[in-house]
Amino acid sequence: MKKLSMLAGAASVVGAIVAWSAGALAQLPPIKVGVLHSLSGTMAISETTLKDTVLMMVDDINKKGGLLGRRVEAVVVDPASNWPLFAEKARELIQKEKVDVVFGCWTSVSRKSVLPVFEELNGLLFYPVQYEGEESSRNVFYTGAAPNQQAIPAVEYLMSKEGGEVKRWVLAGTDYVYPRTTNKILEAFLKAKGVAPADIMINYTPFGHSDWQTIVADIKKFAAAGKKTAVVSTINGDANVPFYKELANAGIQAKDVPVVAFSVGEEELAGIDTKNLVGHLAAWNYFQSVKSPVNDAFIKQWKAFIKNDKRVTNDPMEATYIGFKMWTQAVQQAGTTNVDAVRQAMYGQKVMAPGGFESVMNTNHHLSKPVLIGEIQANGQFEIVWQTKGPVKADAWSKYIPESAKLTADWTYPWVCGNCEKPKY
Amino acid sequence: MSWLMARLRAVAVATAIALAAALAASPACAQQFDELIRKLASDDFGEKLDAAEKLGALGDGRAIPALKALSDGTLFLRKADGAALIADGARYFEAVGGKALGELPAGDVEKVRANNRLRGAISASLSKLSLFSDDRATRLAAAREAFKSPTPETAAALERALKSEKDPEILTAIRFSLNAAKVRAGSVEDRLKAIATMAGTADPQVKNLLTGVSNDKDAPPEVRKAAAEALVSIERTLAIVGVAENVFQGISLGSVLLLAAVGLAITFGVMGVINMAHGEMIMLGAYTAYTVQIVCRALLPKEFVGFYLVISVPIAFVVAGAVGILIERTVIRFLYGRPLDTMLATWGLSLILQQAVRSIFDAQNKEVANPAWMTGGFELIPGFFVAWNRLYIIVFCLMVLLAIVALLRRTSFGLHMRAVTQNRDMAAAMGIPTARIDALTFGLGSGLAGIAGVALSQVGNVSPNLGTIYIVDSFLVVVFGGVGNLLGTLVGALSLGIINKLLEPVAGAVLGKVAVLVFIILFIQRRPRGLFALKGRAADS
Repeated sequence: MKKLSMLAGAASVVGAIVAWSAGALAQLPPIKVGVLHSLSGTMAISETTLKDTVLMMVDDINKKGGLLGRRVEAVVVDPASNWPLFAEKARELIQKEKVDVVFGCWTSVSRKSVLPVFEELNGLLFYPVQYEGEESSRNVFYTGAAPNQQAIPAVEYLMSKEGGEVKRWVLAGTDYVYPRTTNKILEAFLKAKGVAPADIMINYTPFGHSDWQTIVADIKKFAAAGKKTAVVSTINGDANVPFYKELANAGIQAKDVPVVAFSVGEEELAGIDTKNLVGHLAAWNYFQSVKSPVNDAFIKQWKAFIKNDKRVTNDPMEATYIGFKMWTQAVQQAGTTNVDAVRQAMYGQKVMAPGGFESVMNTNHHLSKPVLIGEIQANGQFEIVWQTKGPVKADAWSKYIPESAKLTADWTYPWVCGNCEKPKY
Repeated sequence: MSWLMARLRAVAVATAIALAAALAASPACAQQFDELIRKLASDDFGEKLDAAEKLGALGDGRAIPALKALSDGTLFLRKADGAALIADGARYFEAVGGKALGELPAGDVEKVRANNRLRGAISASLSKLSLFSDDRATRLAAAREAFKSPTPETAAALERALKSEKDPEILTAIRFSLNAAKVRAGSVEDRLKAIATMAGTADPQVKNLLTGVSNDKDAPPEVRKAAAEALVSIERTLAIVGVAENVFQGISLGSVLLLAAVGLAITFGVMGVINMAHGEMIMLGAYTAYTVQIVCRALLPKEFVGFYLVISVPIAFVVAGAVGILIERTVIRFLYGRPLDTMLATWGLSLILQQAVRSIFDAQNKEVANPAWMTGGFELIPGFFVAWNRLYIIVFCLMVLLAIVALLRRTSFGLHMRAVTQNRDMAAAMGIPTARIDALTFGLGSGLAGIAGVALSQVGNVSPNLGTIYIVDSFLVVVFGGVGNLLGTLVGALSLGIINKLLEPVAGAVLGKVAVLVFIILFIQRRPRGLFALKGRAADS
């Protein structure tokens, strides 16, 4: 039996405590899991789902008898989409609540904000969102995709015969660190593949950009040049709905100018009428439409937990699932929740993922997993049209940025470093 | 009702396939045709592509339903014998012959997958086949589509179509596409003649075609020269069209800003209340549209669901207006004359409203569909595309503005409102119930924000954060236009929209926005009371 009481204050913090009434497990002190996702403000739209996913996993593990004979307790805080508040809340979780692990963050700027806190206090963060890479912290495990697990394969697909042999590229993104870094990598990659600079159009828009008329008209003109054109979209969050609406209204169809998005999943599509978007693409490591027994169970578990049959699953949820499973396995293996011991036990940890494959944690703190390309369907789901043959190992540092290509991330002997040119030992 | 529609649709599909079958060609061709249709349902994308292209070349109209079905994702494969089937809802038809099979168990059939490359090949094939379709719109679209693939085969098909076509608009489109094919290849005179006919147009496609020719080293020099000259005139036309397009987009953005700001022009402009929860009133309107849409989908027959938007407008006005009056009666009336307190209180209210909506509807975006009559658009002149929803919003915005002006100028409520604004004490002395007028005025402003929410749900997100996107812009418009002046709000919104859109192509979206902000700051330094200053209570404070 679970009782979840949530206190919602206006400008203040939202706190939630999960109280359990399990008899036998109650004697030992609980293992505490911190949840650091925004429940209010602009990012609440994406992050509340991840908070619920962690709660679902905690619920699940307690039903199975807890971890190391102790029950697991989730400590939920609300950083309210406020980047400095993320750092304060992280400190509160580690120092005051004494949590053993934290699952949290969505935007890269929030991750960058909490990074010094986790490194200073030797905490452990699981970060579940696809991001721009160029980072490997000793205290963070990245379970989302790095650019070589999402952006590069997606572009390669579009260049292939099956993807339509695209020759001209629009790189459209929201103006912040993730799109800027991803587009830098993509631009270098495209140029390495012989694409002329005149065939690349880069465009940035502010957060929450709502008037896309000019940009969509520009894309239309750029695409009228006779060469096959595609849009690579790193447009984030709220700006996507008006963007796709404008595309549909301007009559840009996927067969003429396909848009491949890295931040649009099932959850985002729930807010859009997809009838006019059929054929536009997204690249992820997971789609709800993946057919696998683990995924069927995952979807069933989610719908039962959230008590709503219409809710969808998406890639960051799957990454949260993988991260949580891996952490519990590592804790069991280490026999303790001590951060240093768990970190050592994490390397090589394997989880059968809902995406239908076995994902492995590497010593650069990133996963190996395959890449899927999905086409938007009229029912708001994705149909998988292409996938890599096997798992792709994440590069923490991109091969296509000269100064990054030299760096290695490896947290085991003799390297023990996240950004070194030479081993430390 | 709905089963009848489904029935009718099923009959229509069956007759289309049967009709197509009646037009069948010779027996030898028929065998090849059957084979190709079977290949369409193959597992291999290369084979499917090949079949789609060959079917186009075959010129057999029977292929149209199968090709369309593959492109739309309604082509299925019967697992037992590999035959291609077309699905219509739960019913299936054989793609060859059109035999109706009724409903089949889901395990017996498998959906045939398409990708964008295949869809491209299909639309090229369809355009060749569709040039001879019975449907006028299909022929017109096909004639236009042919422009994109100016091959000799397309040209031959166009020449044939030219002879049989009667419709003047389609004839123009065919000639246009034919010209494109002629510009590429043929005798020098023909090419020169084709270029000459294209010089006046402002179609970016023509521009690319001619650029290609003028850069083509194999083309005769006189053809290249003619193409280059034609390009100059096209560039000039394109530049003019580009500015016109930007101005239209500016007016469209202005109309969105105006809608968002017009309620604020009443509450802030007329009453002097700094209402930070104004954006949330817009959000409430958008959520009302969402709720009405759900109810309409459940209650109304399919054809009328699109009208949910019309029904939403008055309901959103009432809902947001009622919330506005409630806020005024319970919070704001105690804070008149204390702008800082009002600001903080309404900001708190905005957070409460956001979180309330998040708790009721959850944090996810909600889908508010564009009704069919608001989807898509039309090309006013080549290269200048006008989207229906933008046009409707501009018209709607003007209607709202006229209604407010009428309300303020022609009704006793409007008179009372203006009286209270200009001199509260005098108005009270004349027997005007100022407290009631305050509540109603605030309700009016909030209700207008609700209406704006319905309109904005058509161009953007419906999420709890909807309001925060528009609140800053709304204040900018009102302050820029001049507090307390509706004309100022109109001019302010339109000029901000147009300035923004003229700057965007030059400076980019991010810098454009920065430039507009800097401009407004400088402008307010020069004219603190905005474009149109007003005398009265607001002006005194």
